[in-house]
Amino acid sequence: MLSHLPILQVILPLLAAPSCLILGRPALAWGFSFATSAAAMLISMLLLQQVWLEGPISYFLGGWEAPWGIEYCIDLLNAFLLLIVSSLSTVVLAGTRQSVAAEVEPNKQTLFYVSWLLCLAGLLGILATGDAFNVFVFLEVSSLSTYTLISLGRDRKALWASYQYLIVGTIGATFILIGIGLMYMMTGTLNMQDLAQRLPVVADTRTVFAAYAFVIVGVCLKLALFPLHLWLPNAYAYAPSAVTAFLAATATKVAVYLLIRFSFTVFGADFGAMDIPLHQLFIALGLIAVFSASLVAILQIDIKRAIAYSSVAQIGYMIIGLGLGSAAGLQATLLHLFNHALMKGALFMSLAAVALRMGSTRLDDLAGLSQRMPLTAMAFVLGGLSLIGVPLTVGFISKWYLVIATLEMGMWPVAVLILVGSLLAVMYIWRVVEVMYFRDPPASSQVSEAPVSVLLPLWLLVVANIYFGIDTALPVSVTADAAQALLGWGK
Amino acid sequence: MLIATAIGIAVNRDLLSVVMLSSIYGLLSANFFVTMDAVDVAFTEAAVGAGISPLLMFTTMAIVGRYEKLPHRWSLSALVLVSITGALLLVATMDMPAFGAPDAPAQQHVAPRYIEQSGQEVGIPNIVTSVLATYRGFDTFGEVTVIFTAGVGVLSLLMVGDRATKPLSSHLLKASQHKILRIVSKVLIAPILLFALYVQFHGDYGPGGGFQAGVIFAAAIIVYTMLFGLDSARQVIDQAWVRVMAAVGVLLYGAVGVVSMVNGGNFLDYDVLAKDPLHGQHYGIIVIELGVGITVAAVMVLIYFSFAGRLVDRGHQDD
Repeated sequence: MLSHLPILQVILPLLAAPSCLILGRPALAWGFSFATSAAAMLISMLLLQQVWLEGPISYFLGGWEAPWGIEYCIDLLNAFLLLIVSSLSTVVLAGTRQSVAAEVEPNKQTLFYVSWLLCLAGLLGILATGDAFNVFVFLEVSSLSTYTLISLGRDRKALWASYQYLIVGTIGATFILIGIGLMYMMTGTLNMQDLAQRLPVVADTRTVFAAYAFVIVGVCLKLALFPLHLWLPNAYAYAPSAVTAFLAATATKVAVYLLIRFSFTVFGADFGAMDIPLHQLFIALGLIAVFSASLVAILQIDIKRAIAYSSVAQIGYMIIGLGLGSAAGLQATLLHLFNHALMKGALFMSLAAVALRMGSTRLDDLAGLSQRMPLTAMAFVLGGLSLIGVPLTVGFISKWYLVIATLEMGMWPVAVLILVGSLLAVMYIWRVVEVMYFRDPPASSQVSEAPVSVLLPLWLLVVANIYFGIDTALPVSVTADAAQALLGWGK
Repeated sequence: MLIATAIGIAVNRDLLSVVMLSSIYGLLSANFFVTMDAVDVAFTEAAVGAGISPLLMFTTMAIVGRYEKLPHRWSLSALVLVSITGALLLVATMDMPAFGAPDAPAQQHVAPRYIEQSGQEVGIPNIVTSVLATYRGFDTFGEVTVIFTAGVGVLSLLMVGDRATKPLSSHLLKASQHKILRIVSKVLIAPILLFALYVQFHGDYGPGGGFQAGVIFAAAIIVYTMLFGLDSARQVIDQAWVRVMAAVGVLLYGAVGVVSMVNGGNFLDYDVLAKDPLHGQHYGIIVIELGVGITVAAVMVLIYFSFAGRLVDRGHQDD
C-alpha cells in the first residue's frame, strides 16, 4: 500500500468529492470532508518522510512508463508543498462548520464541501504530477471549484468577483495550455523530466521562447503577481471567510510552486537569463508589489480586503527570492511559502471568527473587540506580528533568510527596501489593533467569544506561527535541500 | 471563413446571431480538424462547439435577453495586449516544424510507440482511444472531474430550493406549440439516443467515445425538454437522480483505478483487470468510457435543467 501513496494523495479527495455529493446532508458532508482532508494530510506526512529518507519517488499511472504514460514524481519540493496544502486544508476545515453554516445558504452547503474537496484534489494533483499536461487538467479542476467556492459568498458582489477571477483565470490557464502545446510541438513529450532533457537542444528557437513566455505569464496571472493581481482582492474579500483562509494559505502557493517548477525543473535554472532580464524583472515587480499593495492595504476600510492586499505584497517577497536566482534566495521563497500559509491561515481564520460573531469585518465594526472576543483579537494580533516579521514568529524567519540572501548577492538596496516594506505592514496591522484594543465597544453590542470549535484550529495555527518561529529545524532543512536539488537538477 | 466568423462574433450586438455564428464557428473548426486528420477531435468539436454549447447559450439568452446593453467602446490597452499576444503566437510559428513533417519532434519521440505498439499492448484499432483511455487515462479521469466540477458549479449558482411541488407550466418555450417541430423531433429523438449508444460503444473501433456519446445523449434529452416542457422531462428524469448519476460516472471511472490497485497494479493499470492483459485493457476501457459518458450526459442535462428551472421560476413571477 505504501507504494501507492503518491496517487492516493490525489484520488482520495478526488473520489471523496462525488461521494460527498451523494451523501447529501451538510453536517455529514462536513464530517466526511474533514476526515478526507485529515487522511490526505496523513498521507502527505508519510510521503515527506519517505522522500526525506529515500529520495524522490516516481509512480507510473496505468503502469505505462514515463514519457508514454503519466508519471507522478514526488521530490522534496512538492512533498513539502503537499504537506502545506493538505494540513492547512484540514485545520481550516476543522473550524469552518459554523462559519459555513452562517454564510452559505443551507441547500448549497453540501455543494460547498464538494467544491472544497475538488479544489483540494486539484491543488494536490498539480503538486504531485510530473507531467506538464496533467498539470493543466488539475489546474482546471482546482480553478473551476475555486470559482464556485468564491461565488458562494454572502454578498452578491461575490458573483462579480468570481466572474472576474473566472475570466482572468481562464486566460491564465489558456496561456499555460498554449505554452505546453508549443513545448510538445518542439520536443514531442509532455513529461517534465523528459522535457528538461530535450528542451536545451531546441532552446534557441523562437517557438520555445514563446512557450516559455506563455507559461510564465499564465502562471503569474494565477499567482497574482503585480500587475496581474487585480482579481485577487475582490475574490478574497467577497468569498466566504473559510474559503478565503483556505485559498490564501494554499492556492497562490501552488501557483508559486508551478512558477518554480517550470522555470527551474522544466526550462532549467539559467534558461530565463538568455534573452530577457527575467531575474531583474522579478525583483522589480516583487518590490513594486510589496509597496503598492501594502500602501493600498493601509487605506482599506474592510480588514478582510486589507489582508487580501497584504497577500499580494507577500507574494512580492516570494518573487523577490525567486528573482535572486541563488540557492539562498530560493530557500527564502520556499520558507516564506510555508510561513505565509501559517500566518495568512491564522489571520483569515480569526477574521472568519469575527465575521461569524459580528457579521462584518469592517474596521469601524471592530471597535473594542478585544473586550468581547479577547482570544480572537489576540490571535489576530499574533498573526499580524508574524506578518510584520517580529522575532520569535515565522515571519521573522522568512524575512531573515530573504535579507541574508539579498545581501549575499550584494543587493543591499533591495534588502533595505524589504525592511521598509515590513514597516508598511506594521501600519496596516496597527490600525486594526488600535481599533480593537483602544476603542470602547458600542454599548448595545451583545457579542460573545467565538465557539471553541473555531478557536481551537485558529490557535493551533497561531501556536504553529510561534513554534516554527523558534524551532526552525524542519522547514529550514527541508527547504535548503529542496533548493539545492532544484538548482542541481537544472544544470 | 473561421476568421470572418470570429470577427462577426466580436462585432455583432445581437446575441442571437452571435450564438448562431459561434455554432457555425464550431462546425467550421470541426471541418478544419477533419482536414488535419484529427477525426476524433472534429467529432468532439462538432458535438460540443456546434451542438450542445449553442443550446445552452440559447437557454441563457432566454433568461438574460437578446441584446447587449453595454455601449460600444474600444479599449486601447486591450488592443495592445491582444496584439502583443497575437504577435508572440506568430513569432512562435516561425520556428515550428512544417505541418505534417515526418521528422517533427512530435512525430518522433512518444508517438511511434502509440502507433506501432498500441495494437499489441492495448488491442483496439482506434489509437486515439488507446492514448486517451489508457496511456493517458489519468488525464481523461481529470477531465471527467473537470466536467463534474463544472456541473457542481452551475448547480450551486442556479439552485433555488425545491420546486418539485409547483404546478406544471407547459408553455415554457414557444416551440412547444409548433406541431411540425414536435412531430419531427418525436421521430428524431429515438435515433439520436440510439446513435449516442452506438458512439459510446464503438469508440474502440472508430471515432467516438464517452465524451461525444454523453453530449449527444444529453442533446437528445435537452431537445425533448425544449419541446415538451421542463416538467414533462422531469417526470421522466428526476433531477436528484441526475445529480447522483453525475457523481456515479466519476466514481465508476475511479473504481476501475481502485480495482486495478487492489489487483496489484498501479492506479488505472487495466492489464491486471483480467487474466489476459488485452482483455483487461478492453474491460477497463469499456467501463471508463461508460463512466465518462454517464458523467458528461448527466452534467449537461443538469446544467440545462438548472437554467430551464430558472426560466420556469421567472415565468411564475411574471404570471
